[in-house]
Amino acid sequence: MSDGLPPRVPKADAAGKSPLLEVRHLKKYFPIYKGVLRKLVNQVRAVDDVSLFVREGETLGLVGESGCGKTTVSRCILRAIDPTSGEILFREADDKVTNLAALDRSELRRFRPQMQMIFQDPFGSLNPRMTIFEIVSEPLYVNGMRSKTEREDHVAELLRLVGLRTEYMARYPHAFSGGQRQRIGIARALALNPRLVVADEPVSALDVSVQAQVLNLMLDLQQKLNLTYLFVAHDLSVVKHISDRVCVMYVGKLVEMATTEELFQAPRHPYTAALMMAVPRPDPSSRDIIQDLPGEVASPANPPSGCYFHPRCQFATEVCRTQTPELREITPDHFVSCHRAEELHLAGIKVNQETQI
Amino acid sequence: MDSIEPKILQPEGAAPLEKADPAIYPPDEAVAAPAEIFEEPLVTTQEEERISIASNWTLVWWRFRKNVLAVVSTVILLFLAIVVLIPDFFATMDPEETNARLAFIPVQRIHWLDEGQLKPWVPSVVGKRDPVTLAMKWTTDETQKTYIRFFGTSWSYSVLGVFDSNIHLVSAAKVDQADDDLAAQIFLLGTDRLGRDQWSRLAFATQISMTIGMISVIVSVVLGLLLGGISGYFGGWIDNIIQRLIELLQSLPTIPIWLALTAALPRTWSPEKVFFAITIILALRGWTTLGREVRGRFLSLREEDFVLAAELGGASQARIIVKHMIPTFTSHIIATSTLAIPVMIVTETSLSFLGLGMRPPAISWGVMLQEAQNIQTLALAPWLLFPGLIVIVAVLAFNLVGDGLRDAADPYSH
Repeated sequence: MSDGLPPRVPKADAAGKSPLLEVRHLKKYFPIYKGVLRKLVNQVRAVDDVSLFVREGETLGLVGESGCGKTTVSRCILRAIDPTSGEILFREADDKVTNLAALDRSELRRFRPQMQMIFQDPFGSLNPRMTIFEIVSEPLYVNGMRSKTEREDHVAELLRLVGLRTEYMARYPHAFSGGQRQRIGIARALALNPRLVVADEPVSALDVSVQAQVLNLMLDLQQKLNLTYLFVAHDLSVVKHISDRVCVMYVGKLVEMATTEELFQAPRHPYTAALMMAVPRPDPSSRDIIQDLPGEVASPANPPSGCYFHPRCQFATEVCRTQTPELREITPDHFVSCHRAEELHLAGIKVNQETQI
Repeated sequence: MDSIEPKILQPEGAAPLEKADPAIYPPDEAVAAPAEIFEEPLVTTQEEERISIASNWTLVWWRFRKNVLAVVSTVILLFLAIVVLIPDFFATMDPEETNARLAFIPVQRIHWLDEGQLKPWVPSVVGKRDPVTLAMKWTTDETQKTYIRFFGTSWSYSVLGVFDSNIHLVSAAKVDQADDDLAAQIFLLGTDRLGRDQWSRLAFATQISMTIGMISVIVSVVLGLLLGGISGYFGGWIDNIIQRLIELLQSLPTIPIWLALTAALPRTWSPEKVFFAITIILALRGWTTLGREVRGRFLSLREEDFVLAAELGGASQARIIVKHMIPTFTSHIIATSTLAIPVMIVTETSLSFLGLGMRPPAISWGVMLQEAQNIQTLALAPWLLFPGLIVIVAVLAFNLVGDGLRDAADPYSH
């Protein structure tokens, strides 16, 4: 491990236990209607055949440009929006695997406590008309904890856990800074002892100094409470810092999934390599010319044929134009959806040895 | 050669990376230790502490009270509300009592001081018939003083149906030297064509006109919340139908529709029936604006993160609507409704003025203004326009309060 990340999940463990969450061929199409008769004219393929898995106790980063469907994936997993098709397999504590995509709203309520979400916007995610106590204790109340003193004790414990003073309980969200609000959001997400926490860009709305605090808090809580994170972000440095494995999305499709180290050092998909190129390097002596990708991001309403990335890919061949590549495992734990993954040797980012302790 | 140097690795202070690392990957004992308090409390002073635990309604009130015009208007409206509740308390006589001999008595000016003492009185009026035109000419006789008594007793009336009272705000103190009934009466705002006391009529007209405005707004709010809520929450075809209905209702020209509807009310109906029919007619179109607003709120709130958070926490649909959605737009609904009341009042007044709304013997501001329909009356008895002034005051007050509420409704916008 050259970047100093302790291996929280041994890779070999995958064979032993099935992943906590497995998503298979997830699709979410948003219809476009036109005219008085609301005729279906097209569909936006926000999520187009995404398969991924999250092992218990690990952090899976999900990165991609704005509009690539990463938030849609995370919301589909939580069934905040209903997927068009695909399977969302969730393993409960007793190893029973359930397909969440097939459940209706009332059946889902049993699973809600096990999967919680941390939101991007620390302002919009807390109801300004409720006190901190009301916000954090609501999940407890609706899940059957009716005694107020019991809830107060629980909320106090949660606030301590996320590093807030318990006297803050009576306050309203307007009395808090962005970082503090995000801690409140984390406390609410943890109220029900979830096993999977989906974090949708939890730090991108925060100041850089506060980002580090919140990320470290999340890592800390992961170790204490054995949490599993699905961490959605667009900031590669944040993802690299917190993730064990990383998925890269492009126009609704998953292009690559590998361990953080491998993905950053030896990307196998040309798009991942391009993303790595775009990371700014704090090296004033560097005279590298950054090569921009030609063209524009494809429209998910009108994606190109074959591989969605082929119009912008310098390695594209005939097969890329006609056939859609499947996501396949080319080396253990390294999944790529590229026809030429084996032949290409792409430059990643050498992880600086100095960062090691 | 290159490294991405995660900027997050360096919290404030730009500590060298080697030093920052242990903080990010804390050793086990650090993890086991209780979480430290990361941030200093934002709140230091007592004032800030007060703000931090202030609920939404407190914040709304704090902002509202900064608006002087709105606060003054609130006081005016509160006064009008008292008039609405107990008009008998303000009336000096029966508003329907006619006396042809006392027609067109002008406004009696109140003199507050009597021989250096605070003892309000009005000069008596003396009527003389013009021998040529045979018209009554009223003059005041400053030597004949009718003293005003505050909180005197007179006829008995019921207060909100709870208890009876016979106390009245103002009445004429009977004076010994009075030899005719004029000295025992006061006409603070003069009389009309039939010799009815305008002051007393105005008190009862306020009751009717304000109540029509409020009730039709309440009916509008109920309809608007219900239909707008259904439209916004469920969406789909039902939303489509309700929205097209709103567009249809809003595209109808209002005056002809109101005229047609009110003209269709049977002449034989009692004033109470007409009253409720008019409130319904006004509300039929009034709910559309509110329905749109409620729908818009529901649509935007459905997308709010805190609503999603409640849903993920396991809250039921009913709880989300009642606990999260409705409290968020209540203040807006109140502001919008307050702004809708003056529209209703003006409409009712206009309809009654045209003889199509409330009809005598019911008394409303519009009915009273009917008396001031011709130029002759206006020239000879301008005090008959006084109800118009009250309409202006009431409408302005409602508008100013509504504006103040609207500005204060969302304390989080700043």
